[in-house]
Amino acid sequence: MAELFRMSAAEIAGAVRDGEVSAAEVTDAHLARIEQVDPRVHAFLYVAADQAREAARAVDRRRSSGAQLSPLAGVPLALKDVFTTKDMPTTCGSAILNGWLPPYDATITRRLREAGVVILGKTNMDEFAMGSSTENSAFGPSHNPWDLSRVPGGSSGGSSAAVAAYEAPLGIGTDTGGSIRQPGAVCGVIGVKPTYGGNSRYGVVAFASSLDTPGPLARTVLDAALLHEVMSGHDPCDATSIDAPVPPVVAAARQADVSGMTIGVVPEFTGEGFQPGVLARFSEAVELLESLGAKVTEVSCPHFSYALPAYYLIAPSECSSNLARFDAMRYGLRVGDDGTRSAEEVMALTRAQGFGAEVKRRIMLGTYALSSGYYDAYYGKAQQVRTLITRDFEAAFDRVDVLISPTTPTTAFPLGERVDDPMAMYLADLCTIPSDLAGNAALSVPCGLSPDDGLPVGLQIMAPVLADDRMYRVGAAVEAALDARRGYPLLNDAKGLA
Amino acid sequence: MPGSATLVGYDEAVSRYDPLIGLETHVELGTTTKLFCGCPATFGGEPNTHTCPVCLGLPGSLPVPSRKAIEYTIRIGLALNCSIAEWCRFARKNYFYPDMPKNFQISQYDEPLCTDGWLDVVLDESEAGADGSPRTFRVGIERVHLEEDTGKSQHMGGATGRIHGADYSLVDYNRAGIPLVEIVTKPVEGTGPLAPKVAHAYVTELRDLLRSLGVSDVRMEEGSLRCDVNTSLSPRGSGRWGTRTETKNVNSLRSVERAVHYEVERQAAVLDAGERVVQETRHFHEDSGITTSGRSKEEAQDYRYFPEPDLVPLAPPRDWVEQIRAALPELPSARRARLQEAWGITAAEMTDIRNAGALDLVEQTIAAGATQADARKWWLNELARRANDTGAELADLPITPADVAAVAALVASGALNDRLARQVIEGVLAGEGTPDEVVAARGLAVVSDDAALTVAVDEAIAAHPDVADKIRGGKVAAAGALIAAVMKATRGQADASRVRELILARLTDS
Repeated sequence: MAELFRMSAAEIAGAVRDGEVSAAEVTDAHLARIEQVDPRVHAFLYVAADQAREAARAVDRRRSSGAQLSPLAGVPLALKDVFTTKDMPTTCGSAILNGWLPPYDATITRRLREAGVVILGKTNMDEFAMGSSTENSAFGPSHNPWDLSRVPGGSSGGSSAAVAAYEAPLGIGTDTGGSIRQPGAVCGVIGVKPTYGGNSRYGVVAFASSLDTPGPLARTVLDAALLHEVMSGHDPCDATSIDAPVPPVVAAARQADVSGMTIGVVPEFTGEGFQPGVLARFSEAVELLESLGAKVTEVSCPHFSYALPAYYLIAPSECSSNLARFDAMRYGLRVGDDGTRSAEEVMALTRAQGFGAEVKRRIMLGTYALSSGYYDAYYGKAQQVRTLITRDFEAAFDRVDVLISPTTPTTAFPLGERVDDPMAMYLADLCTIPSDLAGNAALSVPCGLSPDDGLPVGLQIMAPVLADDRMYRVGAAVEAALDARRGYPLLNDAKGLA
Repeated sequence: MPGSATLVGYDEAVSRYDPLIGLETHVELGTTTKLFCGCPATFGGEPNTHTCPVCLGLPGSLPVPSRKAIEYTIRIGLALNCSIAEWCRFARKNYFYPDMPKNFQISQYDEPLCTDGWLDVVLDESEAGADGSPRTFRVGIERVHLEEDTGKSQHMGGATGRIHGADYSLVDYNRAGIPLVEIVTKPVEGTGPLAPKVAHAYVTELRDLLRSLGVSDVRMEEGSLRCDVNTSLSPRGSGRWGTRTETKNVNSLRSVERAVHYEVERQAAVLDAGERVVQETRHFHEDSGITTSGRSKEEAQDYRYFPEPDLVPLAPPRDWVEQIRAALPELPSARRARLQEAWGITAAEMTDIRNAGALDLVEQTIAAGATQADARKWWLNELARRANDTGAELADLPITPADVAAVAALVASGALNDRLARQVIEGVLAGEGTPDEVVAARGLAVVSDDAALTVAVDEAIAAHPDVADKIRGGKVAAAGALIAAVMKATRGQADASRVRELILARLTDS
């Protein structure tokens, strides 16, 4: 058997089920790996060693009692620190929630526990999921396992780095503008944004409610699909949760066959501003898909170029309201409560000290966009653009089964490079934002290394609402073909931790 | 210093200005659970015990709307003759306040659930038209919408109980998330001097309507019905609308009337002085009956309303709306008209019953066998007095309509007189049992046994020879003093008319 921490989730689950290894041994191997590499990667904000070992022992007891184990029982997972966990702090990467122990589990946290998934701890993230590099974390950035001087992407960069660094075979992130797919792409792992409403947001600390989508990160498409099915499904505690069967994503990942599919290339996302090495790998992916029997055609989505500005009105507007609750009154940081100040002054001091610069920037943007007299020109107009983008998708999916583009315009950029240039940072999500605005599904699968810098490039596959299975089919086919051509998994080339 | 405003006498004010009023009423729905979570929506409880992550607005929590609360809102809308939206949304109203867990309130903004209805209100007999018929006003309803209530702040240590000057504040989130329906009238034009009466009559009618719909127990003293009253004045006959003030949290029927009355007097003085009425919120003071300035609208908040992204649009199916409509109960105005005719009483008598909050009680007492006159007599006099003494609602007295009917029957049969009947009621209220049990336990019965009475009559005559002489001399009216003496001696249990007969038989030839 390979080193336990290098096994895929599917392999671990099978080995635990068959009694070849105990969940406790698997957990210990991953905890040891975390101890070994996380001082350099800083994927985790909190390692829940005791809770993880207890959860693993519970799986082992279930197995020895002869009970049926769920498909991911005993598999370790890295959970983004935006999901509430009643036995672990939940900070959202923010000083304002430092040390907060929620009194309740998120629906997804609960589903993971019920499925016997072993939560290793809580992973780093840009504060309140606002950012593309984890540099907006109040607790310091995470590092890309391919090159520790580079960002792991964000906001779910802790989870993507943990998966890429073999600290966990599975990670969970949230995608609001690309926050799963972009870190997945730049870390060379799979990142999935399921259909909005397919995964419960209950217990996911909100950034932008109409966009936030929990989803899996994994080293293989099949692992992502297995986690997708465990996480997903209707939740009566979330009014925006879709009451429909989970698309058959595991079957699609196993099918891994694109013959007969029609695939659309979005020309708006292959031109200026894209790193040449990224475009080169993308072109090769297009050829690969054709060689695998897909029909590839170009489908223009003219309104996608307005997605970024629309997003930067809608997401900040919602966040300005969602983050109003952090006021020092009931939980979290409280600054200046010395008996001389009014509640209003304590609120203001706490928010001034507790929020980082990017969060404040977006609260101000959103507050402005929603203000009386500006609403129609900003928030209202952005919602109209959102409708047009949704129509672009609908028209495209009338013609093709899935759309594809590069996941990001560039590979992982160096830490510090964009911290003082918000616009440059925002452009990292150029290709991922349309699917968030429209609520459809999208997946990023590695499609090789950029020839100019040797860093991973992501291929984004976008599928219609509730047709998540289609992108798994395509993603698994690309993964299988590239792994076969290379002869080994892409991550073997990651040398950051060597 | 509050209270120093200059006023113009009311009659003078309305001789020169036309008042225009509008009312915003908040009513807490009587649903079992809160609007967006499963916590109990009951009043009171130990502070912060009826709470959960959702109504505390904890990070990550999400609202899920209560179907019952939506049904109740539609029921109210239909009873107020409103149109029910086929599609509408909740909206967030953003502002910071410690008793608001999320620092936004989930409410409705430009897409309310119910719009464009009306409610007819009837003024008191005293305001009847020239032909004696009661005056009716049709109050237009602008909108009815559903929102969540906030928590409740308690400011400790200060002299006033207000936040200013307090040492610290406590917040109870039990109320946070209780469903609240806001009912907004259109501007009520053409009331003239009757504006305060119309405001009073509207809130009264609305209260009765809400109770009859079973959507709320409507207890104003517990804050389950709260009114904001808008008032403005315009020069008489000008047809223009003046600048309005909004008097917040006026929490009794009488206060609604007083608040309008006061604002008319105050605004008339402002206008007479050649100044402009400031558009502002004002606070009503129950003790002094005056209003004082709150924050002005110029510095008012921008609530940054936007559609609530945690909820999907609300699209009540038409067949559901029609089911709710079909199940509406008889509305109070129709019921009053029906009962008034059935009982053969006047409009004024019906108004008295209603003002006492005794309509259900009187109806049930009649149903239990009492005559309408007896039912009204006991509830509106003896029992109303006792309720008033203890500050209780009539309906909360520990006596049932059946008990009252039983007492009335004992009087009618001659077993009790009114005085004894009052003692029986006292006993029932004191928890001594049913009327029959109280009669038995206290030994209350009218004494009409001649042998016993004759002894008492003779003692009274012996004790009051001067009175006896007057009667012998033909002054029969003087017998009252002797009757009183006998009643006193028998502790009220004597049959007074028989006593009179016995006295006259002893002292006269008749």
